[in-house]
Formats: sequence, structure tokens, C-alpha cells
Amino acid sequence: MQKTSYQVNEKGYYGEFGGAFIPEMLYPNVEELRQNYLKILNDPDFQKEVNQLLKNYVGRPTPLYFAKRFSDKYGAKIYLKREDLCHTGAHKINNTIGQIVLAKRLGKKRIIAETGAGQHGVATATVCALMGMKCIVYMGDIDIKRQAPNVARMKMLGATVIPAHSGSKTLKDATNEAIRDWISNPINTHYIIGSVVGPHPYPDLVARFQSVISKEIKQQLLEAEGTENPDYVVACVGGGSNAAGIFYHYLDRLNVKLIAVEAAGKGIHSGKSAATSQLGKIGIIHGSKTLVMQSPDGQITEPYSISAGLDYPGIGPMHAHLFQTKRVQFLSVTDDQAMLAGIELSKMEGIIPAIETAHAIAIFKEQKFKKDDIVVVNLSGRGDKDLNTYIKYFNL
Amino acid sequence: MNRIQKKLEEKKKLLSIYFTAGYPTTQDTIPILMALEKSGVDLIEIGLPFSDPLADGTTIQESAATALKNGMATEVIFNQLKDVRKKITVPLLLMGYFNPILQFGVENFCQKCYETGIDGLIIPDLPIQVYEEFYKNTFEKNGLIPIFLITPQTDNERINRIDSISDGFIYMVSNNGTTGAKKTFEKEQSEYFKRIFAMKLKHPQIVGFGISNKDTFYQATKFTSGAIIGSAFIQMLSRDGLGGIDAFIKSIR
Ligand SMILES: Cc1ncc(COP(=O)(O)O)c(C=O)c1O
Repeated sequence: MQKTSYQVNEKGYYGEFGGAFIPEMLYPNVEELRQNYLKILNDPDFQKEVNQLLKNYVGRPTPLYFAKRFSDKYGAKIYLKREDLCHTGAHKINNTIGQIVLAKRLGKKRIIAETGAGQHGVATATVCALMGMKCIVYMGDIDIKRQAPNVARMKMLGATVIPAHSGSKTLKDATNEAIRDWISNPINTHYIIGSVVGPHPYPDLVARFQSVISKEIKQQLLEAEGTENPDYVVACVGGGSNAAGIFYHYLDRLNVKLIAVEAAGKGIHSGKSAATSQLGKIGIIHGSKTLVMQSPDGQITEPYSISAGLDYPGIGPMHAHLFQTKRVQFLSVTDDQAMLAGIELSKMEGIIPAIETAHAIAIFKEQKFKKDDIVVVNLSGRGDKDLNTYIKYFNL
Repeated sequence: MNRIQKKLEEKKKLLSIYFTAGYPTTQDTIPILMALEKSGVDLIEIGLPFSDPLADGTTIQESAATALKNGMATEVIFNQLKDVRKKITVPLLLMGYFNPILQFGVENFCQKCYETGIDGLIIPDLPIQVYEEFYKNTFEKNGLIPIFLITPQTDNERINRIDSISDGFIYMVSNNGTTGAKKTFEKEQSEYFKRIFAMKLKHPQIVGFGISNKDTFYQATKFTSGAIIGSAFIQMLSRDGLGGIDAFIKSIR
């Protein structure tokens, strides 16, 4: 039997997922990117510039921290990959650093982005400030309200934040607006997409920029445990970029079990959920063929999660393929479970996680591991941006 | 010969109207079609509403959202159009995003189009490679003409490729942007129309996006075979209702 490849093929597909289902207006932009991205990413000068920024500006490598009290409580060797310690507080900046240097190489002068939680928006606004580029961030109306501190950050960083009023007024609609902007500004603008979603080559491009996470873990775990390979790797999935980054170098190491955690919202079958692998069918969203939450008529439905960063009715095509081939086990966690896990990690380890991240942390209550299992969790972001939600939820 | 191809042989500037099925209400599909034929339009594009219309500006977005709220769906449209060929003869195209068609089943969808008497399909987010590889036969079997878009950014090589796989007209997007009514065109646009005219393509071009009135219709059709009005027509429907259709069409040419 032929070995399954978990990477994108030359046509831009992961198995049957992916591709570039875009209107002709976007074709020149996406084609320009497709033709150039590998050439640029493989250029030693490009790599040098990106690596230096990751080291001196972002603060990489991020620690792989052994969470002792958490490990004792849950009976496994639990390590946290501290992406929350990246500049701007989440893994998102690994991608924006890469893409801004790429945009410069492509001669672009204006940057657009979509954002849900605001983390990707802040990470984009940050690198635009760093490079002196004009920055426009689209954000759903509802998210602007629930992630107010990040809106203020983007403004301080010089970005223009444009509210998306259409549809569910969250991440999906912000992405639609960003794509429409790109249609209207096809020459001078680069679209820094924030997750492993969108038309080929974006899923592959973003996964490559996030793969630094698992690249570092291999080395760090070798030093800590004498092996590059944990027994389990765990990450939350919105579009799937932090998961793609932490899975990346383990995809072909089949003895490393991979777990993706989706947002069940108020419960998978409550009608208020964002658990795409459970609720979605094959369809097209934002130019990609993947699993999509939709009505029988093919209208994309409005997802729900307490966490703005997981409130997306699709997953990246790479993850749809990993789900279909069962390479990755998909779990889901409700709002309540995530909020409790967020508080517990804060009290036990002194780390306040983003609510997105708290979904990944929450699996330890249900999932049983062996005492000497090494479990690495992607601590994708810190909870500062979520303080209002924590305050309201727990009456702090 | 397909009704679209026959229409394209008439040596005049064709006027095509786009409207969103289910807007202003679900019951309006057939009355709008009949009023349009009566007032003399040459082609009609029936828009299938979609929740996430990436290539559309606010007017068409909002009409689609209203149509969906009204309960419009692919199945409903085909039911409404069942006897349409007993009522009108004007060439009909369906224009919709790929996902609802994919969920309906492309094969099933095309067959329904054939049974209904639909002449062509415009699916802006169906890439030409995917069309050629997977769906060309299904379209042809059901007598459906695929309409592909070109924009001011499309390079000549790709325009020639699109011309070579076209069968009816080429949908020429007037500017860099989403759909939406414009009061006037810039010099840039007329240069683009002239540039494409000079390429002497096999298939005629019909201009869409931004045409709203007599003036923009004239500018858009000076070097092309016709033009499509969408957003401005929908805005007129919002303002004047179906009673405004005849006056609107007469105001264009
Ligand atoms: C901290 C954090 N984790 C996870 C996510 C989810 O995105 P992705 O699935 O692309 O990692 C977000 C998105 O905003 C985030 O801010």
C-alpha cells in the first residue's frame, strides 16, 4: 500500500481537500503567491531574515515547560509549549512575521488581514508597524465588542480596524470582507490570512511558518526526555494553524498520537457549536474545499463558541484530511469545560491561557493517559485579551 | 444551437439583467422574468442566493440575505421554474456560487437545468481547471453553456485560454472590485474594453459590474457586445417594486 502523505500535493490538495475555489478576480493574486512562495521560502536570505526576527523580536525559541502540578494531578508527563510567551501573546505572530517578509519580497505596500479573537489582527498590525506598511484589519462586529483590548492594541499599532457587519458578524464574515478588499486592490496589497485556511497555497504557507513550533519541540524534548517524540500532541483548532504547527514535524511519525480539540460551544447538538469535524460536510469555504458547517442547501451556517478564535464554521483542508484519514483524533470541549480548565491552569501553574487554548487544556478531565505518557500541549496564547470574558463568567 | 448562441448572433448591443431569486419576496421569480421579457431584455441571469457571496458588494449581499431569510433555496427555484419555458423564450442563465450547487449535486443540478430550459451557468468560484477536469462533460450533456469571467488583471495568455474553452460569451468584469452600481466609468475602463476588443477573441464579450444607467451601458458596450446590470436593478426593485421594471429597462436603451 502506498504511504499516505499528509502534506499538500503539487495541485494544492490534501487528499480530496484544498484547492483554490476562487473567483477569477482573485486568480492573479493567488497565482502570483503560488508561483513564488516556495522559491522565496527556500531562499537562504529570506530564512535568515525571518529567523532573526523570530529570535530577536518574537522571542523564540519559546520554552517547553514541564507542568509539574498539572502532571501530578492528571497522571501524565504534561509539557506546555509556551506560545503565549511570543511577542503579542500567541502563536499567530510566527505566521505574520513570515508573511510580512514574503509580502516585502513580492513588492507589496499594503497589508490586509481578518481577525477573530484579535490575536491575528494584533500580530499583523505589529509586523506592519515593524516594517512601516499600511495595515487594514477586518473584524466582525460581535468580536470587536468581545475583544475590545485587542481592538485598542491594533489602533495603537497604527492599523485601521474595519467592522464586518454582514452575516454572523464574526470571523467568517471578517474573512469575506478581507477577500472583497483583496478583489478591489489586486496589485499593491498582500492578504495575510491568519490560519491554515483559504485557497492554496495559503494552508501550506501558514503551516510552514507555524511548523517552527514542532521543530523546536523535537530538540527541546530530546534534551528533557531523551526522545524527540512525545506520546501525544494536543492542540485546539479554530482554522487550525497552531495545531498544524505543532503537528507538522510529527505527521509522519505514526507512533506520536495527535489530538485536535474543537469548540463544542454549548454542546455539539445544541445548535450553538463550532465543532466542524462533527457537524460539517464537504463543501467550499473561503476558496477551499474542506469540512464546512452548512445547511442541507449549502448555506454556510453560523457557528458559536465562547472563544472568538474558534468561532469558525470550517477547518483547514489539511485538518479535514487528517480527520478523514484518522491520523488525528478530534475531540470537542464545551464553553463551560474550557472556562473551568482556564481557571484551573491559572491556579495550578500560574499561567492564564487564552480561552481558545483552554479548550486544549480541558481534555485532561475526560481523557485518560498513562503515568509515563509524555503529552505536549500547545499553549497557543495567553488570556489577557479574554479577561472580560473570564470576569463575566466567574464574577471575578 | 443554444438560445444564448442564437441571441449572440443578433447584431445589437445586448442588455442582460441579473436579479437575486427570492428578492424582494419568494413569489417574485416568475413575475420578474415575465416583466423583463416583456420590456425587451436580451438575456436574464437568475441569481441563486448564497450566505457568503465573496464577489458581491453590499446590494447583492443584502438581497441574498433577504432571499435566504424568505426561504429561497435551490430546490425552491427549480420548482418555481418548472414551467418557465411555456411562459418565456428569453435565454436564461443561473448564476450562483459553487457550494450550494455542490451540495445539490452537480450532475443533478445540471440535469434539472436541462429539464427546466436553462441555457447557461455562471459559477464565479468554479475554477476553469476544475470545470475542465470534472464537469465539462456534464455541462455539455445537458446543453449548458459555461460562462467564464475575465478581469482587468487577467493576462492575455489566460484570456486566450478562457476564450478557447468558452462556448457563449465571455463575462468581462469591468473593474477591480466586487459587484455594485457605479455612476460612471473611468478612462481606465474604456482602455481595458478597447484592449480586449483589439484581441479579436472568438467569443463576444459582455461587460458586468458597475453598469447602472444609460451612460454606463453606452460606455460599456461601445467596444463589446453587451452589458449586464445587477445591483442597480435590485436597487430599483427595492425602491419601486416590480412595477418599476419596464420604466427602468426603457431608461437604459
Ligand atoms: C490563542 C489562540 N489559539 C488558537 C486560535 C485558533 O486559531 P488556529 O486554529 O488557527 O490556531 C486563536 C485564534 O485567534 C488564538 O488566538
